[in-house]
Parts: sequence; structure tokens; C-alpha cells
Amino acid sequence: MSAALLRLERVACIRGDRLLFEGLSLTLARGEALWLRGPNGAGKSSLIRLAAGLLHPAAGTVERRERCALIDEAAALDGELALRRALDFWARIDTVDGDAVDRAVAAMALAPLAEVPVAMLSTGQRKRAAMARVIASGAPIWLLDEPANGMDAAAAARLVAAIAQHRARGGALLLASHFALGIPDLTELDMGASA
Amino acid sequence: MTALIALFWRDLRRAWGSGALWLPVVFFLLVATAFPFAVGPDAPLLARTGGGMVWVAALLAALLPIDRLVRPDHEAGMLDQLAVRGLSDELIAAVKIAAHAIGFGLPLLIALLPAAALLAQDAQRAVTLASGLALAIPALASLAVLSAALTANLKGGSAIGGLLVLPLAVPLLIFGAGMLDPSGRGATKLLAAAALLLTVIGPFAAGAALRGLRE
Repeated sequence: MSAALLRLERVACIRGDRLLFEGLSLTLARGEALWLRGPNGAGKSSLIRLAAGLLHPAAGTVERRERCALIDEAAALDGELALRRALDFWARIDTVDGDAVDRAVAAMALAPLAEVPVAMLSTGQRKRAAMARVIASGAPIWLLDEPANGMDAAAAARLVAAIAQHRARGGALLLASHFALGIPDLTELDMGASA
Repeated sequence: MTALIALFWRDLRRAWGSGALWLPVVFFLLVATAFPFAVGPDAPLLARTGGGMVWVAALLAALLPIDRLVRPDHEAGMLDQLAVRGLSDELIAAVKIAAHAIGFGLPLLIALLPAAALLAQDAQRAVTLASGLALAIPALASLAVLSAALTANLKGGSAIGGLLVLPLAVPLLIFGAGMLDPSGRGATKLLAAAALLLTVIGPFAAGAALRGLRE
């Protein structure tokens, strides 16, 4: 258990007046991947935000041992900047060097788009860019909320390959998605039917 | 620290790069240009009232861009990403205040020169105005970022934002304009005290507002 990067202990989440879930516990060790599944409104995204520390649990504890990288519906890249410079901004925040960004750009096949302003990118391209931001960050915990939305088959395959490499290096993954994406050796957590 | 510097430059680049933050300066000069037409060509009257007008224009100029200071970052998920990286909301607010103070304060001080000439302020009054504004600019930036953070979730928030912080800005106006009065000896110290208070409170209040945006 000492290898747990992320541990949620009997957490409850209330949004508005609605109890989304309670008594939910999970641990994420190095190399592990956990797939949160469930219908819309089951609280998948809220659980991701709880794990990221963006929401506070109404009960229970959230414990993170390492840095997190997060993808949610917003790409968090400056629209007016060229893609490469927008990624470089986060590289400076994360204090990683340009090589890490180069590798991430290559991993998501974004090199031809490096000089294109982020605002000009399509939905799928912006998701790839957000994924490159996560890869470049070098954070051991990846929290991915619907990372493949809008991605084509080739991009989704690159996403799966990046996840495999991340896990091989001892990283952990918490994935909220409607599809398993074909990731091997995936633990499931069914968040069940919800109102 | 590297992260904070990167954040500061990003805010400054967005302020000057898009040209959007030059708007307050243009607004400031517009007021200074229009005021003499409204008051009439009475130079002594203009000289007496112009200094107060500069202060009113500077306050409104600081509040003009508040819907650009926090809302776009909130909507683009930038603030969430910074929070995930463990940067405290107070630090982010402090960086935003510093960037806004430089971003609008420096051009404002430069624009003060033609504005002072338009409003028939002599050299001594222009220097007094410049030193007073320089003291007040961090406080004005503080108020602007605070109201931007408070209204980032509201539709049409910028109008409400101005109303929210106007009462807090009144001491700056009173003591700032008071510096121009030859009998107002203590006005500079009082202005500095009021500005210091607002500048210190700003990052904490705006940081709390940023935290509230996530709930």
C-alpha cells in the first residue's frame, strides 16, 4: 500500500443540493489505471475534480502523494498563441525543459501544427494539444476527464500509446470516459445509475 | 518562482499584446480632452477642477478592463490548471494585481503628461498628480482584480463590478485630490496609508474570490 499515489477514503460529494456519491474509496498505485464509468451525471467529472483538489469532499479524505496533471473540458491554452508557445507556457509553470515539450508534441503528432494559433485548432486537435500538455508536465498522476472526446481513431491510438508509456514509467491514471478506449489491464469502477 | 514570473509575463503580454489594455489609457485621455469643452475656456477654473477630474478618470480607467482580467482565464480553465499545480489563489491574485498595476499604470502615468496639459495643470500640480497616482496605482489595480474575481461568474458583471468597489475607492479619491489643495498637508500620508491598506487586502480578498469560483 505504500506505493499508493492517490488515495480517496470514504469521500462524499455534494453538488448544489444533490448528493452525487458517498462512501467512495479508491487507491491508485504506480502503474495502475482506473476507469470511472457510469451514465451522465453520475459524478465522474466531480470525482476527477475531487482527486485534483479543485473540489473539497463533503466527507472523507483525499490524499495525493505526487503531482497531478488534469484534462477537463477546457484546454487551458491561450487561444491567440501559437500551439508550441502555449505549451511552452505550461512547461515554464511546470519547470520542465523544452525537450519534454518536444517529446510530448511528437507523441501526439502535433509538430505540423506547432505554429498554428490555438484558436484555429479543431476540437480534436485541441484535445491532442491538451494531452501534450499533460504528457509534457511529467506529473506521475494523470487525471483525464473524457480525453478522447473529438479525437479521431489515429489520435485515440496515440493517446492509448502515451498512457501505456506513462504506466510503464510508474505513472498512474484515473480516467473518466464512456469508452474503455482499448486500454489494457484496466480496473473498472462503476459509478452506477444515478438520477 | 519561475512559475510566478511566467504568469506575470503572460498577463502583461495579454494586456499589451492584444491592445485591449490600452483602452483605459485612451479613455483617460478622452475624458481629459472632453472636460475642457464641457467646462468652457476659463483657464483658472479648469486648473482648479482639472486635478480632481484626473483622479476620477484614473479610477474609472482602472475599472474599465475588469471583464478581461479574470473571466477569460476562468472560462479557459487556466485558473483550474494553476490550482492543480498547487499555486495558492492569493499568489495568483497578487501576480494578477502586479501585472495589472504595471500593465495599465505605466501607460497611465505617461498619458498623464498630455492630460495635465489639456486640463491646464501647471508643472507643480502635474508632479503632485503623478506622485499621487503612482502611490494609488497598486491600490487601483487591487480593486480592479478584486471586482473582476468577484464578478467572473456573472453575466454583465463588469458594470456591477465597478459599483462593488467604488465605495472602497472613495478614500483614494478624497486624499488623492486633496494632495492638490495647498492646505492639505497630510493628504499624501493619508493617501499612502489608504493605498497600502487596499494593496495588502487585495490579494487575500481576490484570492478568496478566485477560490469561490471553483465551488
